Amino acid sequence: MTPAPAPEVLSAPLAVEFPFTRSLGPVQSAFLTGLRERTVLGVRTADGRVLLPPVEYDPVTAEEIRDLVEVGTAGTVTTWAWNPAPRRGQPLTTPFAWALVRLDGADTALLHALDAPGPDAVRTGMRVRVRWAGERTGAITDIACFEPYESEPDPRGAPHDGEFADPVRGIVAPARLDYVYSPGRAQSRYIAALAGRRTMGERCPSCRKVYVPPRGACPTCGVATEEQVEVGPRGTVTTFCIVNIKAKNLDIEVPYVYAHIALDGADLALHGRIGGIPYDQVRMGLRVEPVWTEGGRYPDHYRPTGEPDADYDTYKELL
Amino acid sequence: MNPRRVAVVAFAQTRHRRRSAELSEVEMLMPVLHEVLAAVGLRTGEIDFTCSGSADYLAGRAFSFTMALDGVGAWPPISESHVETDGAWALYEAWVKLLTGEADTALVYSYGKSSPGQLRDVLTRQLDPYYLAPLWPDSVSLAALQAQALIDEGATDERALAGVAARSRCAAEHNPHAQLAGSAAPDALLDDPYLVRPLRRHDCPPIGDGAAAVVLAAEDTARRLCPRPAWIRGIDHRIEPHGLGVRDLTRSPSTRLAARHAGLFDDDAPPVDTAELHAPFTSQEVILRRELRLDDDVRVNPSGGALAANPMMAAGLIRLGEAAARIHRGESHRAVAHATSGPCLQHNLVAVLEGEA
Amino acid sequence: MSKEPIAVVGVGQTKHTAARRDVSIAGLVREAALRALEDAELTWADIDAVVIGKAPDFFEGVMMPELYLADALGAVGKPMLRVHTAGSVGGSTALVAANLVAARVHRTVLTLAFEKQSESNAMWGLSLPIPFQQPLLAGAGGFFAPHVRAYIRRTGAPAAIGSLVAYKDRRNALRNPYAHLHEKDLTLEKVQASPMLWDPIRYSETCPSSDGACAMVLADRAGAARAPRPPAWVHGGAMRSEPTLFAGKDFVSPRAGQDCAADVYRQAGITDPRREIDAVEMYVPFSWYEPMWLENLGFAAEGEGWKLTESGVTGIDGDLPVNPSGGVLSTNPIGASGMIRFAEAALQVRGRAGEHQVEGARRALGHAYGGGSQFFSMWLVAAEPPAG
Repeated sequence: MTPAPAPEVLSAPLAVEFPFTRSLGPVQSAFLTGLRERTVLGVRTADGRVLLPPVEYDPVTAEEIRDLVEVGTAGTVTTWAWNPAPRRGQPLTTPFAWALVRLDGADTALLHALDAPGPDAVRTGMRVRVRWAGERTGAITDIACFEPYESEPDPRGAPHDGEFADPVRGIVAPARLDYVYSPGRAQSRYIAALAGRRTMGERCPSCRKVYVPPRGACPTCGVATEEQVEVGPRGTVTTFCIVNIKAKNLDIEVPYVYAHIALDGADLALHGRIGGIPYDQVRMGLRVEPVWTEGGRYPDHYRPTGEPDADYDTYKELL
Repeated sequence: MNPRRVAVVAFAQTRHRRRSAELSEVEMLMPVLHEVLAAVGLRTGEIDFTCSGSADYLAGRAFSFTMALDGVGAWPPISESHVETDGAWALYEAWVKLLTGEADTALVYSYGKSSPGQLRDVLTRQLDPYYLAPLWPDSVSLAALQAQALIDEGATDERALAGVAARSRCAAEHNPHAQLAGSAAPDALLDDPYLVRPLRRHDCPPIGDGAAAVVLAAEDTARRLCPRPAWIRGIDHRIEPHGLGVRDLTRSPSTRLAARHAGLFDDDAPPVDTAELHAPFTSQEVILRRELRLDDDVRVNPSGGALAANPMMAAGLIRLGEAAARIHRGESHRAVAHATSGPCLQHNLVAVLEGEA
Repeated sequence: MSKEPIAVVGVGQTKHTAARRDVSIAGLVREAALRALEDAELTWADIDAVVIGKAPDFFEGVMMPELYLADALGAVGKPMLRVHTAGSVGGSTALVAANLVAARVHRTVLTLAFEKQSESNAMWGLSLPIPFQQPLLAGAGGFFAPHVRAYIRRTGAPAAIGSLVAYKDRRNALRNPYAHLHEKDLTLEKVQASPMLWDPIRYSETCPSSDGACAMVLADRAGAARAPRPPAWVHGGAMRSEPTLFAGKDFVSPRAGQDCAADVYRQAGITDPRREIDAVEMYVPFSWYEPMWLENLGFAAEGEGWKLTESGVTGIDGDLPVNPSGGVLSTNPIGASGMIRFAEAALQVRGRAGEHQVEGARRALGHAYGGGSQFFSMWLVAAEPPAG
């Protein structure tokens, strides 16, 4: 038995990023369009409370609420927290306070940034007002932040029909999260062996099946695989499909053959691309071998070995 | 008709760590599954129902739980489910399954690796996607808003919060699974700078990776598997509105309500001696103690709680497991365990556990 | 202790479509929930708990969106549970909700599943890059196409079977006002002439990407007695899982699916599903999965499923109608698709399926699957309450 080598811990950056397209519905549409027009709209519940920011459904009764009310642009801090080190995407790049602000005429508070010289300049109960962003598009960030503003509370709210020219119906919300991906012990061993153009499977100590690529556990026995078993390099195409649509994020010309390949000595098939043969001549049972390219982490593709096709009965259990 | 009695009969967890880059999720989880099953002498095939909790966003991998299933050995196929939240809710789902009588045993597990991402940023994706998420308000800042409201109310102060931190981390010195153990005295802690005022680093949970598992069993099966089962006398969970400005952040009505439905305040209920509270931030312990009406006689978080180790999606299940383990060991007769989910204690679960009366 | 019988007393769904630009995520789920409440003639206050399901959170870019949706679903002050079991989630979610009633934890439960796929792009959501792994494929079609080829090889099914299923389901969808695709001019020839995307799967044999939600109100026996319209009674429900990939896995007819069906039939006292079940709502995202699941679920012997399809048995006027609603091939808000199967099965036995009603349906099967053909959930509903 070959003992498992101590794996070097692999890691690589992984960015999960997408510009989500969000439709708003009528209440949120009115609120965000209002911000673009420097107008702040709340929504009135059946019992007369004005919720700001306006939600579509009453948190207490669950009833739909659409009765819009224009509230003031000045308000009172109900609680706050001093953020000395702003993070990516937050409203201000210099130290600021997060604050819940109850705008005049509203009964609930809105979360946003409060620009203040330092924590000593912030307290619960202080008066603030909206500082509008220079360029407004109909988004919560049309409020650049709040700023200190001495004034008397003016609790009056005025009904508003929520109608604006060219209303904002949707927003694009780009979101990017950065991760550092590590594949773990078993896959690190597998990837390390591939660097020497060797495909190493791992044998389950219980059922004795050889897993390629190994994923850390024999999934049917629920125990770690460790014993290293070199498999291939040749194998058999067990099944495949011909891919005719080009995926945006893939640099592979279509059509191409995506195949399940049972490498000799492995107890299940791995996936690869078939080349070196016209796509419409690929068949189940075709014998193939890997083709490596300079610097490639994986075989670029598999090509026919020229051996006779494998008999169906020899691989049907691997389908 | 009396419902079936269901108990926690075994509990296991990882030694929680800041990072575990050398292990995939299944590699981290599997030893815990082996340990918890060994404790009751069962194999996967002898478990009637399996339920897990995890969240794709933590490590940035969709369907992460499908790979974690490799560690269970789900062959022949098993009766299995998954919740996209803390494993405490997986335990709840399993408890319901056992109550139906369709299962006598259940394996519950959960895991989370926070180390691959920036957890404070990741959790902003839990917020309302129109008004809140675009501002990227991080989890520490939201907890700080809640803490300040509590201080303004006069319910606590920074010195008292440091006391919670010191007590929790000193308790964790007896917990071999803790990520953080030991603490300077509260007054010394106050010399540290703020992370997000009014919270200092000691007020916040460590960020880390970990997994946990429990086995549930009903009636005679529980007695057979465990000399002193931790019977679930009641368990319930409740959610609050999402908007932070709609809620009174100094209160947790959902915790109070869940506790009532779990039987914590029943007239005939003897008092609890132990509480395992899922309070990732010191200020949240203050809120939870008040809502659960815990007096000073109750040992709160003898494990060190989430301030000692807070593997996301597992930390709530661990509270239930720690409370049960104390009953198993005879160190508690009656305990309350709590788990939370969402920003500023939005969603709360409460369970009352007790040893054989 | 016996279980409490479970009744489906309300069903609601949205008009499924490629993009619901007029509503927020909350507005979308709300629409289905309200329709289910209206069907049951209940109000938010009557609901004890909410059980919600959806597929990966990356689809909408909201982590654990149930937190944000609590208000819209009237869940404040109530228990709210979020289920995620990949593509089978809509079915699993309904079963978790059903267990709350069966266990007598709650009497009236709202269960709902949704996906608003227009917020992102399913191809992106399903194919996030993974470092160190060779990018070979994007989307689900390429994943499942090799298994379809394996089925064809194993059974000798004629190549046209896939197009028959697609044509049938899309025609059925014309009778279902909630279905996403309403292709009035579709002909079998057009299906057969549509481009091969992932040979042997053609474009017209694949499911669309939809925005949609589906909801049901489940109640106990007393709730059923008060219901204004006939309920559907749950006679059996089960989930089964097996690993994603393993040595010896049968992707064509996974054992988890066979076991799950067998468990449901046992609970419901069904010994001959082909004769005793009147309608099937089966999770068929690619047309060939109809014959494959017919075998997997015990409606046909191994290798014989395609013959039922070919001979018209699975047509809406056939002996065993499959997907009278038009199925996943006509409507696919991923996380909701399983629940739509469960709900459509309930509509059939309630006699409330409208234009796509199967005459005299008394027993119907709802089926969902997900992941790498590894997670299965099913229920059997009937017009009559269970015995006992």
